[in-house]
Amino acid sequence: MSSSSLVSVNDLIKTYGEGDTATHVLKGLNLDLERGDLSALLGPSGSGKSTLLTILGTLMKPTSGRHEMLGEDLTSADDAELTEFRNRHIGFVFQFHHLLPDFTALENVVFPTAVHAGRETRAARERGRELLNRVGLGERMDYLATQLSGGQKQRVAIARALINRPELVLADEPTGNLDRESAEQVMELIGEINREEQTSFLISTHDEKIAASCRRQVLVRDGETADMNA
Amino acid sequence: MRYGLKIAFRYLTANKAQTGLLITGVAVGVFVFIFMSALIGGLAVYLVQSTVGNVSHVTVEAPSREASLLVSEADGDVLVVTQAATNQRELLRTADAFLPLIDTWEGIAATSRQVVGNGLAVRGQVRAPVSVTGVDLDKLSAIADIAGSITSGDADVSGMKVVIGSSLAEDLSIRVGQVLRLQSDRDIDLGLMVSGIFEIGVEALDRRAAFVSLATARTLFELPQGVSRIEIKLEDLNQAEQFARRIEAETGLAATPWTEGNAQLLSGLRAQANSGNLIKAFALITIVIGVASALLLSTYRRRPEIGIMRAMGASRGFVVLVFVTQGALIGLLGGMIGAAIGFAALSPFPLPENAEPGGFPIDVRQGAYGLAISLTALGAILASILPARSASRVDPVSVIGQ
Ligand SMILES: Nc1ncnc2c1ncn2[C@@H]1O[C@H](COP(=O)(O)OP(=O)(O)O)[C@@H](O)[C@H]1O
Ligand SMILES: [Mg+2]
Repeated sequence: MSSSSLVSVNDLIKTYGEGDTATHVLKGLNLDLERGDLSALLGPSGSGKSTLLTILGTLMKPTSGRHEMLGEDLTSADDAELTEFRNRHIGFVFQFHHLLPDFTALENVVFPTAVHAGRETRAARERGRELLNRVGLGERMDYLATQLSGGQKQRVAIARALINRPELVLADEPTGNLDRESAEQVMELIGEINREEQTSFLISTHDEKIAASCRRQVLVRDGETADMNA
Repeated sequence: MRYGLKIAFRYLTANKAQTGLLITGVAVGVFVFIFMSALIGGLAVYLVQSTVGNVSHVTVEAPSREASLLVSEADGDVLVVTQAATNQRELLRTADAFLPLIDTWEGIAATSRQVVGNGLAVRGQVRAPVSVTGVDLDKLSAIADIAGSITSGDADVSGMKVVIGSSLAEDLSIRVGQVLRLQSDRDIDLGLMVSGIFEIGVEALDRRAAFVSLATARTLFELPQGVSRIEIKLEDLNQAEQFARRIEAETGLAATPWTEGNAQLLSGLRAQANSGNLIKAFALITIVIGVASALLLSTYRRRPEIGIMRAMGASRGFVVLVFVTQGALIGLLGGMIGAAIGFAALSPFPLPENAEPGGFPIDVRQGAYGLAISLTALGAILASILPARSASRVDPVSVIGQ
């Protein structure tokens, strides 16, 4: 494992269900991500992109295989350890923004810090404002999540994913639900943050244009990965 | 902790109508609880007051003179025949020695030495059996509130005067100022002037009692010294048994608390308290079920959010905290509102001591407000544990959706 290695999975197998109804999704998948990567995860629908992201995000355990991040073996960690790890090191952006509807944009952004600290610290709010300004929503901080447009919500979700300065942000079709213009804005933003903060992004998409804006493209096919520019 | 409270509070305020209804429901349950406490408590005060208010709480008499057995039964079977001593009347001869002592005890409201006996009230051809009580002049109203129940005349037994009840006065067609002949069971005959007529509402007193001075009673019953008994009124009538035991221990006399002759009243009160508790328990159960179902519904509606919170690094414990806190807030708020409404609604009722016969004897002091609030809060917290646990088990993957 090189010094800039961030994530490494080996022989990852994920099977849903058992016996006759078993779906073999990942069949011995290998993948390494480095710090500062900006990678697109490609593959036809149903190929297992979301499954892989969910496992990388420690929200689900693989059926078998090794999963390491930042030198820690995550396959043997328990729920509490994974929750803590996820909170500190991983950010998520989903296809559907998944903001908390009864909270303002700023409160949503600050959530991952506050839930760890037990309260909304002044520093967290400060960083939350900074990030909302960064994603162009300085004017909308105190709007409830339900009062924002789709593109705005997704930008709030990106700000939320970044609040704890995670090493890795996993984005599952973050633009899948947006019009072309909003989608391009979101990708631009991701590119900037990746350059400026050295945050690694792994973005699943089936949009060729969006994949092309990433430095690396990884294809999931037949339960394995193939690096397209290797 | 603080952050969990913030989220819980936001969830409650996000749906004001639903939360308002829920809190109202809890408040109604708490009101029922408080109302039952005040009603049952008030009824007990009222019943005890009307039964025991005008009688002695502890009555001290001479110990029985039955011969005691000197042979130990351990030595073998003993056959004994005892004969009740009937040749002497049982008298308290030492009353004057210990009465001042008892009078100084904390919790004693009044003591009254009495010479009592039976006789006939005679007027013309009418004769009515009466129970004559001779008291110290200033102690006429110490046990039964004679002075407060006078309907005509004065509560005065000085000299050759007698105070009688209204029913007896009617039976004898006698009025204040007229003379009544009292014939004791010792065959002493005295003419006494009726100075006052009272109506207490207890037939035994109104129809049968005649109050005279101690001196008059001594003459009527040929008792130059000693007294027949001492009646004691306590500040707290629930202490009667303790006081009776203490008097027996310190004086060697026989002391009988009012509870001994009123077992039926006491068991009635117990039964009443039990049924009250049952209703209160049902009120609490209703609260618990209401809170549990409302919160369970809320956890189902918020499953996606709970999943997202978990994905963002919220621990299971945090999710539990958010929902248990909601339960606690609902219980506390509903409890306090219900208690406040209960207090406001019950305050206008007269206290049971002053309640009119046939009125509604509610005791606002016995609303058990603190108990109602804490039991409700506790119940609501317990009710929220099940929904909270089910919320904490939401699998983020299942709600995030691919
Ligand atoms: N919870 C699940 N239970 C059973 N099968 C599942 C589950 N989640 C995903 N799958 C199946 O696994 C395969 C991969 O799904 P997914 O990872 O969502 O692919 P992608 O995101 O690339 O479209 C699909 O065939 C899907 O039906
Ligand atoms: Mg998918």
